[in-house]
Amino acid sequence: MNENVTYKTVSRIAGPLMFVEKVDNVGYNELVEIRLPNGERRTGQVLEARKGLAIVQVFGQTTGLDIENTSVKFLGETARVSVSDEMIGRIFNGLGEPRDDMGPVVSSEKVEIVGDAINPYSREEPSEFIQTGISTIDGMNTLVRGQKLPIFSGSGLPHNRLAAQIARQAKVLSSSEGFSVVFGAMGITSEEANFFINEFRSTGALMRSVLFLNLASDPSMERIILPRVALTTAEYLAYERGMHVLVILSDMTNYCEALREISAAREEVPGRRGYPGYMYTDLSTIYERAGKIKGRNGSITQFPILSMPSDDMTHPIPDLTGYITEGQIVLSRDIHRKGIYPPINVLPSLSRLMNQGIGNGRTREDHRGVADQLYSAYGRGMDLRSLSAIVGQEALGKEDRQYLEFASLFEEKFVGQGYYEDRSIEKTLDLGWELLSTLPEREMKRVKREHIQKYGKWVK
Amino acid sequence: MGKILRVAGPVVTAENIQDAKMYDVVRVGEMGLVGEIIRMENNVSTIQVYEDTSGIKPGDPVESTKRPLSVLLAPGILKSIYDGIQRPLDVIKSQGGDFIRRGLYPDPVDLNKSWDFKTIAKKGDKVKSGDIIGIVKETSIIDHKIMVPLGVEGEITDIMEGKFKPLETVAYVSTSTGVKEVTLGQYWPVRMPRPVKGKLPPNIPLITGQRVIDTFFPVAKGGTVAVPGPFGSGKTVVQHQLAKWADSDIVVYVGCGERGNEMTEILTTFPELTDPRTGSPLMERTVLIANTSNMPVAAREASIYTGVTIAEYFRDMGYNVALMADSTSRWAEALREISGRLEEMPGEEGYPAYLGRRLAEFYERSGNSTIVSSQNRTGSVTIIGAVSPPGGDISEPVSQNTLRVTRVFWGLDASLAQRRHFPSVNWLTSYSLYSGDLRKWYEDNVSPEWFIAYTRSMEILQKESELQEVAQLVGYDALPENEKEVMDIAKSIREDFLQQSAFDEIDTYCSLKKQFLMLSSILKMDEMEKYAVSKGVTVADLQSMPFKEKLSRFKEVREKDIDTYFNDLLKEMENEIKGRADKQ
Repeated sequence: MNENVTYKTVSRIAGPLMFVEKVDNVGYNELVEIRLPNGERRTGQVLEARKGLAIVQVFGQTTGLDIENTSVKFLGETARVSVSDEMIGRIFNGLGEPRDDMGPVVSSEKVEIVGDAINPYSREEPSEFIQTGISTIDGMNTLVRGQKLPIFSGSGLPHNRLAAQIARQAKVLSSSEGFSVVFGAMGITSEEANFFINEFRSTGALMRSVLFLNLASDPSMERIILPRVALTTAEYLAYERGMHVLVILSDMTNYCEALREISAAREEVPGRRGYPGYMYTDLSTIYERAGKIKGRNGSITQFPILSMPSDDMTHPIPDLTGYITEGQIVLSRDIHRKGIYPPINVLPSLSRLMNQGIGNGRTREDHRGVADQLYSAYGRGMDLRSLSAIVGQEALGKEDRQYLEFASLFEEKFVGQGYYEDRSIEKTLDLGWELLSTLPEREMKRVKREHIQKYGKWVK
Repeated sequence: MGKILRVAGPVVTAENIQDAKMYDVVRVGEMGLVGEIIRMENNVSTIQVYEDTSGIKPGDPVESTKRPLSVLLAPGILKSIYDGIQRPLDVIKSQGGDFIRRGLYPDPVDLNKSWDFKTIAKKGDKVKSGDIIGIVKETSIIDHKIMVPLGVEGEITDIMEGKFKPLETVAYVSTSTGVKEVTLGQYWPVRMPRPVKGKLPPNIPLITGQRVIDTFFPVAKGGTVAVPGPFGSGKTVVQHQLAKWADSDIVVYVGCGERGNEMTEILTTFPELTDPRTGSPLMERTVLIANTSNMPVAAREASIYTGVTIAEYFRDMGYNVALMADSTSRWAEALREISGRLEEMPGEEGYPAYLGRRLAEFYERSGNSTIVSSQNRTGSVTIIGAVSPPGGDISEPVSQNTLRVTRVFWGLDASLAQRRHFPSVNWLTSYSLYSGDLRKWYEDNVSPEWFIAYTRSMEILQKESELQEVAQLVGYDALPENEKEVMDIAKSIREDFLQQSAFDEIDTYCSLKKQFLMLSSILKMDEMEKYAVSKGVTVADLQSMPFKEKLSRFKEVREKDIDTYFNDLLKEMENEIKGRADKQ
């Protein structure tokens, strides 16, 4: 093998792509080191390997590259990142290079960032209840260790506060051990980044966090690499060091935009709304890296945040995400306008792994029933709300008016809570019963009768 | 030896492969990754590779295996979990660890395990293709029947009983073209349907224990179903429920580009669940194919063919097989991705123009069939395909092409799911074209009044949707009492009958008899309430009667108590309603 030959045979540069000719022995996906005429160094990756031609995707800007003097070295390995315990408490860029001034990470372990898929046979079914202290999540869309549960938000909604609150409050009841946080920021503003850094610093969470920042002004190509670097680090911490890692990725919409940008530069056949046809597969290689593995201690729980363009849940980004993740937490502008925090709309929200994490021995025996009953009552209340907008409240029957009242109470008391309010699951469920007791007892078709007797708050 | 010219993702082109034929399997690069030839031009072949191609270089070797992509059909398939090209994931784990490494190709079944082979045919028998010559007891409930391979016909010159490994010869058949060996296992190319003699009309329902399906939108054994729905509408739960409770002999579950944790859920729950008919663990009749979304996309494309070939093989033994594919949209996306890399002219939404044909070919592999064999035998393959339309809008190509070839449509509805009405099958948009074919079976086996009960309740639900429109305009209170009564009954059908909890120990499976009794009690209530309303009782009064609660708890009644419960319920109903009406 001709080790690391340097080529000066760049023939074409277009957008983020660079065509290198007369190459030999270049592998698909191989990492490339590019030296600019001014001595600056950049990295890239082989997108397509042909006989005598390599198409290289440059990470970062292609500003300053030229055809005559740019030299290219093929490194013979795929993209890797150094991982170690020392990364905790540090801040990195999208390629895993330090962004703070604490020097490089010393590590002997270099891991490929494109992780192999977890063998479904090796997975352990996630079932440990995570108490986030937020009623609408714990009570109605329960999160479990190893789950991937995105927040579907919109611009101007407080998803960052919610994510920070979850990172601060999340715990597993059976153990005192907190979560380590791996935070991956893709294309967010420096203000948003500062919010998270300050938040983590003030609660001491920074001491158990690794931050990867790619700000809005940083190269968009790095956004494609960042979640993979972040997850590779998370996998190391979880599966090699036995930690329980909460991965927050914000904002997946920026990631997808970057993906579209590259796809367009590669002149690929576009799918829906110009996003590449393989976006589902691509997203799945990020989201599916959440989970637990049999026989290993740690776990990866993912909290991706994505802002829905014009609050449209059928937009390809939230749509494809929802098909991969195990549910979603949806923020609502209507509820936010009413001044309710966190503005979670429970109706389109869902946690697919809820059943595994709740019930006797995990949370409480009545959990499923209460959640279903709250759902159906609030759903009915919301229907009536739109109906009463047309026909007026007076045209509604007595029972219907009770449901209407219930919906408002539910939003105010159950959904609404403070930024520093950490509700236990018992408190959440009791609150649920309290609200349900404003409805007639005979309407309680989703809860077991013995649970009504045990927990119900109807005045006999 | 062939040489690679170009590598771009899962698509590789190579030149000068010896004996290259379309759809033959090739081994690519030093690691010998498996791929399939999908296009040929002069001496250049285009190959889709079933694994990640990182590090593969132009100039690397390519060699043909001279065999199309095939599955090994042999004892040991049941209870297995495979990826899209029949690699056993449990063995991959023991060989390569918790993450799926490249280049591992363990045998689909343990070739060193011996199975007890009992003969049925004897020396001197004349046999034809597909004839059963012996059996292997594969699991506690399934006999794996060893059949004469297709294309072999003649006289048995020797047949042996005893312990054999899957590829050991158990019989010799003297044919017109020489003596052929029969082994326990056989290979079959996945893209070629296993032939049948003929297809029979589907007239026996696949009983699923799910009320909305069995009563309202039944599927016949050998039928096809499309289950489209946006995310969160409960597609996967419906598929899991069918895999658990459907009364087929064999279940093949293809997790095609879906979530890893869902496959794990099946793997952990199925061994613990028992089949209501046999009392054995459900895993004993199940084959799982798991090609999760982050596993190689080309293998995802192959996964539904691997699944349906295994299903056809068990059908040929005379079994009723149900195949669940979750989700065919992910399969279509894999097709689109590969088509894009081939730079084919895209059709609608970037899907290749042959999407419709490929879908039709797949669904046509279902059916209630007479098997190729001189022994009279029938078997069926029922295909239930989930579709994941973007944004829940079924006007997109995958849904539309699927609807053209399937006969049952269970339309899952996000707004029902949001209200936690599960299964969220929309009763107004869904349909089953088998209802007529199956009527006789239901009338013979459940109750002569079955069909009347079904049509009557559909009418009520239809009427309700009309009344709801009126109520939207004038308000519910403005409706006359007799119309409020219809809405009351419809509500009861929706809440007390159609809603069914997959997670409740009792309600998860509902026998046909219980389904009929539940529906009958609601229709009985309708009769009595109509009488009461005619006597001047208000619907509000009727709604607060204590029997209503009893009716809503019918779901929670164990199968053995349903008759008594039904009779008690009717008595209470009559006392309360009639009592109130006659006081008027």
